[in-house]
Amino acid sequence: MTDLSNPIPSNPPRSQWLDVWDQFKSHRGALMGGILFLLIVASVYLGPLIWDIEATHIDIRARNQGPSWAHPFGTDQLGRDMLARMMAGGSTSVSVGLTAMLLALFLGSFIGVLAGFFKRLDGPLMRLTDLFLALPLLPLLLVMMLLFREPLNAAFGPEQGIFILIVGAIGITSWMPTARIVRGDVLAIKEREFVMAARSIGTPDNKLVTRHILPNVLSPIMVSATLGIATAIITESSLSFLGLGFPPDFPTWGRLLFDATDYLQQYPERVFWPGMAISLTVLSVNYLGDGLRDALDPRIRGR
Amino acid sequence: MLTFTIRRLILSVPTLLFISLVIFLLLELAPGDPMAQVPLTVPPEVKEKMREALGLGQPAPIRFWKWLVQFFWIEPQVMIDHYFGTTFSQGDLRVISWQTRSPVMDIVIQRMPQTLWVVGTAYVVAIIIALPIGIYSAYRQYSWFDQMGTFVSMVGFSVPPFFSGVLVIVIFSVQLGWFPSIYDTTHVVDSWDSFVYQLRQMIMPVMVLALQITAQLSRFMRASMLDNLNQDYVRTARAKGLSEYVVVMVHVLRNSMIPVVTVIALGIPAIFGGAIITEQVFKVNGIGQLLIGAIQANDLPMVQTLTFIFAVLIVLFNLIADVLYGILDPRIRYD
Repeated sequence: MTDLSNPIPSNPPRSQWLDVWDQFKSHRGALMGGILFLLIVASVYLGPLIWDIEATHIDIRARNQGPSWAHPFGTDQLGRDMLARMMAGGSTSVSVGLTAMLLALFLGSFIGVLAGFFKRLDGPLMRLTDLFLALPLLPLLLVMMLLFREPLNAAFGPEQGIFILIVGAIGITSWMPTARIVRGDVLAIKEREFVMAARSIGTPDNKLVTRHILPNVLSPIMVSATLGIATAIITESSLSFLGLGFPPDFPTWGRLLFDATDYLQQYPERVFWPGMAISLTVLSVNYLGDGLRDALDPRIRGR
Repeated sequence: MLTFTIRRLILSVPTLLFISLVIFLLLELAPGDPMAQVPLTVPPEVKEKMREALGLGQPAPIRFWKWLVQFFWIEPQVMIDHYFGTTFSQGDLRVISWQTRSPVMDIVIQRMPQTLWVVGTAYVVAIIIALPIGIYSAYRQYSWFDQMGTFVSMVGFSVPPFFSGVLVIVIFSVQLGWFPSIYDTTHVVDSWDSFVYQLRQMIMPVMVLALQITAQLSRFMRASMLDNLNQDYVRTARAKGLSEYVVVMVHVLRNSMIPVVTVIALGIPAIFGGAIITEQVFKVNGIGQLLIGAIQANDLPMVQTLTFIFAVLIVLFNLIADVLYGILDPRIRYD
């Protein structure tokens, strides 16, 4: 009773995001994953400002060197600095991962919300999702690379064109899981009282979706965002590794790994660095997603 | 259950037709010309004849229809002929590869055993490893074994096969020299020594593939076991005085296997589809490599047929997984 007679609560109010942050912090793997991912992103984007050797600068007299102070990761068969190439490749790989993830997320959330919110669209859109899930994705990606490389290169230049192609191809082949999860959540939230209340005061459909439904399905979207980065980076590297990704003079981690396999016997460390970079990035993102899932689930939070 | 299966089977026909159309239309846009390799001295009218001999030169709908007929009508006849010595398919035109000018299905059949051996073995090995890991991790949740298992499966998820494959080649083939780095598909097993050699050349690709599959399966097994371990029927079983082994390995395990079995079924198309990248790394002469080769050589009939076979397998095993789910779990009723 004493609690009730005291009108001022003793604890300051806590926002939802503070709770999420607390839960996230307690997940040690997720925190480390997040920090590692930020470190990798920072070093590939900001690194070239400090380490100002050009990734494409050829110094044929310094080729095939081991690690030294001048070249911490050594040089490749044309004397290009491996550290600079790793950073240039990383910025491409991470950009592809982030952009493709955003595209897939946008498509997935859009289709998921449409299917969940409008009953008429549910059937056709979910059949479409099933259809996409039944497609053999990697073969189709390879076919798309083969088909659209030339026209896009002609339209946007070799680097821009292939970037658009890879991001587009990964984006439109990886939105399905997000769409399914979002649809399920929208279906559940649509029936809740607050949505009915909002509808009863005359909120139009588009406002209902953007103001009331989307914020509530944000957590599954965020989790699939982190996992989407991981798959996008792996897919891009696989394409580059199969020789159907970026052109040779335009390094990405997958491409560096592919080039290094030719010198596997003599210089195995050249395979190691890009492979390690891909694996660490994906590992950190996966841990981040794991922690986010726990932190954003209010049933687990606070335990 | 039967009506559900039949309904799904019928529904999968338009799905597959649509997928084949999508693949066909995609390939229709392909820039490559099968006559590009023909010398310039060959006169244009001869080239035109050659083009027609390959089934080109007709409008797209007719070619699509022809492909459908060849794939669904003539190829099964060829198979029946092969097994029973009949002559249904005599004189019919089959799907011809532009690369080798021989029937696509013959090449697919030649390549299938290698893929099945390597990827299939990896799948079996992965299942054998993953299930005990998943069971024990869930039983001792948050123990060091569980933490270890989580970490290893995270690594298995995160390390792409083109890195782990190259890494094991560096370690076991280049440094230690234990295993050959290239899979020799012409190798014939006819004695103990050749069997040992076959084992040695299979170990590395199987290891790389199994790591990936184990990572996924053990996560599933763990999650599914955890769902069941806190259920009331488990407490009842313990209260009845059943031994811990019986509780976990009989009561909990059987219920937890339901989703895991369907996940295993869903992964089977990947066995036939071949691990494209792993095959590329270890130079296994399988289906995946056939596809890559066909894509690089602009061999459109081959790409079309292979991609469609993958699609058929995916649709088929999705159906099988759904049906299995219904059979294994009596709570689920589709009709």
